[in-house]
Amino acid sequence: MSRHTLSVLVENKPAVLVRIAGLFARRGFNIDSLAVGPTEHEEISRITMVVTCEEHPLEQVTKQLNKLINVLKIVELEPGATVQRELILVKVRADAEARSRVLETVNLFRARVVDVALDVITVEATGDREKLDALVKVLEPFGIKEMVQSGMVAIGRGGRSITDRALRPVERSA
Amino acid sequence: MTEQMTGHSEPGTAAPDIPKAPSPRDLAARAHRPAAPGAEASRTAGDASPQPPQVPQTPAGTTRATGAQSLVYALERLGIDVVFGIPGGAILPAYDPLLDSTSIRHILVRHEQGAGHAATGYAQATGRTGVCMATSGPGATNLVTPLADAYMDSVPVVAITGQVSTNLIGTDGFQEADISGITIPVTKHNFLVTRAGDIARTIGEAFHVASTGRPGPVLVDIAKDALQAATEFSWPLPFDLPGYHPVTRPHARQVREAARLITEARRPVLYVGGGVIKARAAAQLRELAELTGIPVVTTLMARGAFPDRHPQHLGMPGMHGTVAAVGALQRADVIVALGTRFDDRVTGKLDTFAPGALIVHADIDPAEISKNRRADVPIVGDCREVIADLVSAVRAEHEQGRRADLAAWQAQLDSWRATYPLGYDHPDDGSLAPQYVIERIGKIAGPQAVYVAGVGQHQMWAAQFIDYEHPRTWINSGGLGTMGFAVPAAMGAKAGRPDACVWAIDGDGCFQMTNQELATCAIERIPIKVAIINNGSLGMVRQWQTLFYNERYSNTDLHAAGQPKRPTGTRVPDFVTLAQAYGCAGMRCEQAGEVDTVIERAMAIDDRPVVIDFIVHKDAMVWPMVAAGTGNDDINFARGMAPDFGGRQE
Repeated sequence: MSRHTLSVLVENKPAVLVRIAGLFARRGFNIDSLAVGPTEHEEISRITMVVTCEEHPLEQVTKQLNKLINVLKIVELEPGATVQRELILVKVRADAEARSRVLETVNLFRARVVDVALDVITVEATGDREKLDALVKVLEPFGIKEMVQSGMVAIGRGGRSITDRALRPVERSA
Repeated sequence: MTEQMTGHSEPGTAAPDIPKAPSPRDLAARAHRPAAPGAEASRTAGDASPQPPQVPQTPAGTTRATGAQSLVYALERLGIDVVFGIPGGAILPAYDPLLDSTSIRHILVRHEQGAGHAATGYAQATGRTGVCMATSGPGATNLVTPLADAYMDSVPVVAITGQVSTNLIGTDGFQEADISGITIPVTKHNFLVTRAGDIARTIGEAFHVASTGRPGPVLVDIAKDALQAATEFSWPLPFDLPGYHPVTRPHARQVREAARLITEARRPVLYVGGGVIKARAAAQLRELAELTGIPVVTTLMARGAFPDRHPQHLGMPGMHGTVAAVGALQRADVIVALGTRFDDRVTGKLDTFAPGALIVHADIDPAEISKNRRADVPIVGDCREVIADLVSAVRAEHEQGRRADLAAWQAQLDSWRATYPLGYDHPDDGSLAPQYVIERIGKIAGPQAVYVAGVGQHQMWAAQFIDYEHPRTWINSGGLGTMGFAVPAAMGAKAGRPDACVWAIDGDGCFQMTNQELATCAIERIPIKVAIINNGSLGMVRQWQTLFYNERYSNTDLHAAGQPKRPTGTRVPDFVTLAQAYGCAGMRCEQAGEVDTVIERAMAIDDRPVVIDFIVHKDAMVWPMVAAGTGNDDINFARGMAPDFGGRQE
């Protein structure tokens, strides 16, 4: 079993996410992480999904996704040639006594403080999963009150774009 | 790709002449011309002669229309001749302009499930896309079973449903159901249309998606206010399907590799599925088979793709396949799988299926290739093109002097065929053998007739004991196994091919699920013939109870549960009087000596549907059988009797 990052370009239409999530559920595939957002083309959305599975089921996932009419293109992003980022927001207990040590941790991880309350600070960090896991581990002893993490977004390194040819010209008509 | 919609003739087969739907290109050329010119007239089953719709043309080439009118105009432009449906609140606006259409015949069914299966029967009999229509909520949800059925069997069907008005969507409005959400898993695609201006284009897209690539059902859900709103109708409209690009042309290198394997094989088999019929590739298949001499097996969905009487035909593989067909796959060194999907009913226990075979797998759906069994040579493409290319590639191999010697293989297969033919016994008590009834219907109605089955024992016997010579003469629910399929599907087949003799071979369990459509058949003058193979029980389930549940018959006796058993059952309902109540001819047959007479009497009736209640022996079983969960090597040709395949080769 290994982790795979798929970048799925889809039409920006209602219910597309339902089609994709439903396909995973009914074909028995698991999604580890999911992120959806706009692209430089208004009519295209980009879904980054991380799945853990063997080669063969991955091929099935990809083929089944490709059959969805609203799916334009699927690219597997190789970790070595890809920038991968997740975002995390953590509310950490930080009373007067602990605050300086929390801030030290935040700085070590090149994270940021985005909100401060009397005995809690909210930390924002981006990075790959390993870095964020490490941050959470170090913050845990202070007391984590609440935490939210985004799905992973990823983009290939270098000058090439996977969205370039996603919108083929319409060749047919009714 | 236009394969499914263009009118390719099929040389070399004497199939009944089936008019083909116009291709999208024809349709494009027909834009702004009156709908339904000549070609459609011959296939309008009713007496309505197609006329151009009476619509005023605006100078710009567009027409003022309501959303509902644009729906009907689009269907007319697409050459749709028959729609099966039932009106209701949300779809009502569409039924008003439908009344004015002279080229579309609407057949008012009695249950939406009947409309859906009728659309499937129509599509399977004609090769054209079937159309059904229903209202929102319960009307739409009643289509779910037929849509799932069509999805599993890759049948081009378009379902059009009314939806509550846009401002009510999401409010639990009266008769609201999220049918597009509900049907995502059982349709190839679906659409929710909330703007009048989108209706015509979406209908065009729906028919395109349903009929091209791997065919399948498409649902178009249209909000009531979109049907009522004013818009401009124009035709054709460009599709907005940037993510839909079915591959039809096979990869030449893969085809050459397949041809090399074919000519080197010593024990090859052509494993043929329903995709060959859908691709209209029966003639190409026959050419390939005869060129190579390779034996052919045809799956449940492919019966008729290759003539049963052809000496190279081994019959049907799978759970109730022939010993020769199952044995051939198990012992093959090369399997050429064409338009088929290695279904569990064919492979049995997957890891013991055809252990020594290299697999060439050709299918138009890339996701089918290596889904169940890994393909050694994958070929993505339309079967008609794939097989035609294979023929050329094999010829090239032959010209190089490479040709397989199949003499030993043929001798082996012939001996299995001779030793383990399909057969059945007449019951000792003088009651009727169901297999005999079905066999006689096949002999008397002949290979030009269309046979439509429900699901269960009668379906398997109809697949086994009727000889199919032509594509689209055998229609059944293969993948989903939908009991109740036969009567409405036969109605659809007969509506699509009014000149064909259409027999529904049904079980008494199945028949009671959908027989209300006999009223539709009687009133709409769709004279199908229904043979009820009446064993008074849910026969296939009973067979499993006999074999695997110690003859504990839990809830499979349809006549006498909890009541004193009578040899002939309670006859509730009495199918003869039920048929008569529906305006059909009703007959009963209980003796082997009467079978031919009643079938011939049924054949002579053409002004109304006929129902024959054949009272058959309830303990007849379907053989051969590969028990569920076991491997194909464990096939039994009768209870406790396994064939001798002569030990594993190599």
